Amino acid sequence: MDSGLQTAVDAAKDALNAHTLEMVHWHFSPETGCPFWLQKAGELNFNPLTDIKSYDDLRKFPPFEDEWLRGGPVRRWVPKAYEKSPIYVFETGGTTGIPKSRVVIDDFRIDYELFSKTLPDEFFPPGGNWLMLGPSGPRRLRLAVEHLAQFRGGISFCIDLDPRWVIKLIKKGWMEHLEEYKKHCMDQAVTILTAGHDIKCMFATPKLLEGLAMRLEDEGTSIADCGITGIFSGGTEFTPQWTRFAMEELLDERVYMTPTYGNTLMGLACSKPVTAEDGYKISYYAPQPRAVAEVVNPDEPDEIVEYGGTGRVRLTTLTKELFVPGFLERDEGEREMPFATYPWDGVSGVRPFAQLAGGTTVGVY
Amino acid sequence: MLSLPVLRWGKPYDSLEKDTVLHFNTGEAMAEVHQANAGLLQRDMKKASQAREALRQFTCADLIDKLKQAADLYVNETLPMGDGTQSPDEFVRMQSASTGLPEHMCRFNMTKNHFVLQNMDKMLDALTRGLDLDILSRGYGVESRGVVVSYQAQSSALGLVLPSNSPGVHTLWLPVIPMQVGLVLKPGPQEPWTPYRMTAAFMQAGVPAEAISIYPGGGDIGAAVLGSVDRALIFGGTPTVERYKGNPRVQAHGPGFSKFILADDVVDDWEQYLDIIADSIYLNSGRGCINCSGVWASRHTKEIAQALAERLGPIEPLPPEDENAGLAAFTAVINDRNMGSLVWDMIAEDLKEDGVTHCTEPYGPRLVEKERCAYLRPTIVHCTSPEQAIAKKEYMYPFSTVVECPQDKMLEKIGPTLVCSAITNDEKLARALTDATHIDRLNIGPIPTIKLDWLQPHEGNIVDFLFRARAYQITEDKLAALKS
Repeated sequence: MDSGLQTAVDAAKDALNAHTLEMVHWHFSPETGCPFWLQKAGELNFNPLTDIKSYDDLRKFPPFEDEWLRGGPVRRWVPKAYEKSPIYVFETGGTTGIPKSRVVIDDFRIDYELFSKTLPDEFFPPGGNWLMLGPSGPRRLRLAVEHLAQFRGGISFCIDLDPRWVIKLIKKGWMEHLEEYKKHCMDQAVTILTAGHDIKCMFATPKLLEGLAMRLEDEGTSIADCGITGIFSGGTEFTPQWTRFAMEELLDERVYMTPTYGNTLMGLACSKPVTAEDGYKISYYAPQPRAVAEVVNPDEPDEIVEYGGTGRVRLTTLTKELFVPGFLERDEGEREMPFATYPWDGVSGVRPFAQLAGGTTVGVY
Repeated sequence: MLSLPVLRWGKPYDSLEKDTVLHFNTGEAMAEVHQANAGLLQRDMKKASQAREALRQFTCADLIDKLKQAADLYVNETLPMGDGTQSPDEFVRMQSASTGLPEHMCRFNMTKNHFVLQNMDKMLDALTRGLDLDILSRGYGVESRGVVVSYQAQSSALGLVLPSNSPGVHTLWLPVIPMQVGLVLKPGPQEPWTPYRMTAAFMQAGVPAEAISIYPGGGDIGAAVLGSVDRALIFGGTPTVERYKGNPRVQAHGPGFSKFILADDVVDDWEQYLDIIADSIYLNSGRGCINCSGVWASRHTKEIAQALAERLGPIEPLPPEDENAGLAAFTAVINDRNMGSLVWDMIAEDLKEDGVTHCTEPYGPRLVEKERCAYLRPTIVHCTSPEQAIAKKEYMYPFSTVVECPQDKMLEKIGPTLVCSAITNDEKLARALTDATHIDRLNIGPIPTIKLDWLQPHEGNIVDFLFRARAYQITEDKLAALKS
């Protein structure tokens, strides 16, 4: 690592430590913290207010259990400082049983405004309208993309897509229904794209992007010919091979596409620019210090793997609205080196965690 | 190490994702196989009509000749294999090393494929029941009895989701090219060899490259083949067969549950038939759907089971290069456990049921675990009733139950049966067996279940699957021109 980068890495680490300290004090102080963490503090064998002095000290917390997010009252997650603010609740999962919930006040706006700065204006023209080709319903993504469009001066057009129904169709083996539902989603997208709304930018999950490109090809046109110049994609697994296929064949090298990795808890991790020279390798970098993504030994989650090593993704969220220390994601990947734009660790090759993969229905929309 | 690219209508495509085919005994990497993604296949299928067009540049007779040339190339020549080449001996060694099948069985399967290619004219004559093959090309024509008939291709290509563990199934798709229908092959992860080698032989014999695609990959590729090719074959277990039941686009080939029935009029002479029953259970390592997995009789079943156990029980695994090796290794691993070990767990569970006797137990443990593979030695199980769970099981090795069942209940109880060899002179029983719709191939008499008559269709006639007969009328002058 050259000295310039090392300086940037050290500065980022200092900023993360300072931010950690601020967030822990926020969440564990009765004037600002949420009922959940204030109660949890009493169960801990240390005092977060005095014993957490750096990011690494967060390892003192037991692993965050996502089961804690199921069911009500969701107000136990609302920091006292925000109790009078308008509250959103976003859900994840929920095909069967109780979904996991996250309360939000402004985080999705802040995250996507930060993300907006990474989008090149050449391909995501300010003022350009957007198509949101992803899940609707109680999802963060739908509102977040809409805010991104508005923040950049555009208007977002959305489709109706219920991913819980899609999962049920897959589990029931109703593949014909699944195809029809996919067609139904594509019909909505094509209608928006051909109704004179001057759409320039798009969010799409990889599967929906593929479906749309093929549908337009059947109709003798393409995503590029419809006027789209920039796509940010995410929501399900990305592979280098799929990315190359999408860039070369679905987008004909005429549309800019940037992969992202995110979830309702963390927010949005951007990717290092993806290039053919780099084998279409996709490396994600979390929006530090608001969130941290680490690659850890699955059996010893406090042990970070070597650079290039494989491990489970562990996320930490450190915003005033949410404190999630060390949540083990259902994904695995390889640890990546910091670089000038993101002087902290990244993760590449993200895919479902092998030890859990069999039990999860992934990549559904 | 060989590198095998995806083949997109004859054009090689290097993927960024690769799977490695390992030698089951040494762990040596023999080939890296480029993995397709589903969208790539789906997009290519939009051009499937070009495959049929390319093949229609030749007559069916021309294509049959090319396949006869390909037969010799396949068996005798060193052919291109990805970025390298492969001799016939290397093919045998590699196929054995990845599938676990003994080398002499791989060699025998080559001979079988060669025979089918060499006799393609006779094979197609049998499959089409003597139809002039130009009628398939043109879509209509005049039959020998002077009547206009029409056969309409239902798909420009046939998709195949091929298995890893049974190289014998490849004979099913060999007649497709001479019917001017393209091929979309998804090889089994451990058996890429036959699709690539056969394709190389076809191309060297002059079959247009743009008629064949090969898409190695995972389950999503299999689903994409079935979803985007208008006619496709898949090989799998009972759940696969159930899933595609009633889907006119998919022909699912599952377990055979092939059986012997020893009828009341012959069962007292059971010892006479022991050789053909034992061969039907054991030959080709019991891997085929035509291998016998059940022997049904109303009496003497204990003696039959014990005699079969005495014959097959002592057989031990031998190295794959040994000409006497009769058992194939289980090479697949699921969740860190060898398939052979998982299969034995299922059998062991079923053996706990009352009335079930493991007759090969005195000949030592059946499961033989090696460092990188496992073997299951021949297993014979006696059942006092067809209701016992194991009575309707089939496994990919020499495994058979011997089931005691009154003759008048047999047809009701045997369940779906790919090959039924019924040894009987009882005309009434033979009639009932002939009428039984759950029996596919029927042998009346002491005929091994594994004996195929190549001129009779296997399960599901490929011609009926690919072409639809329909009414077609033309004016008298056109009819006269056609006849002239």
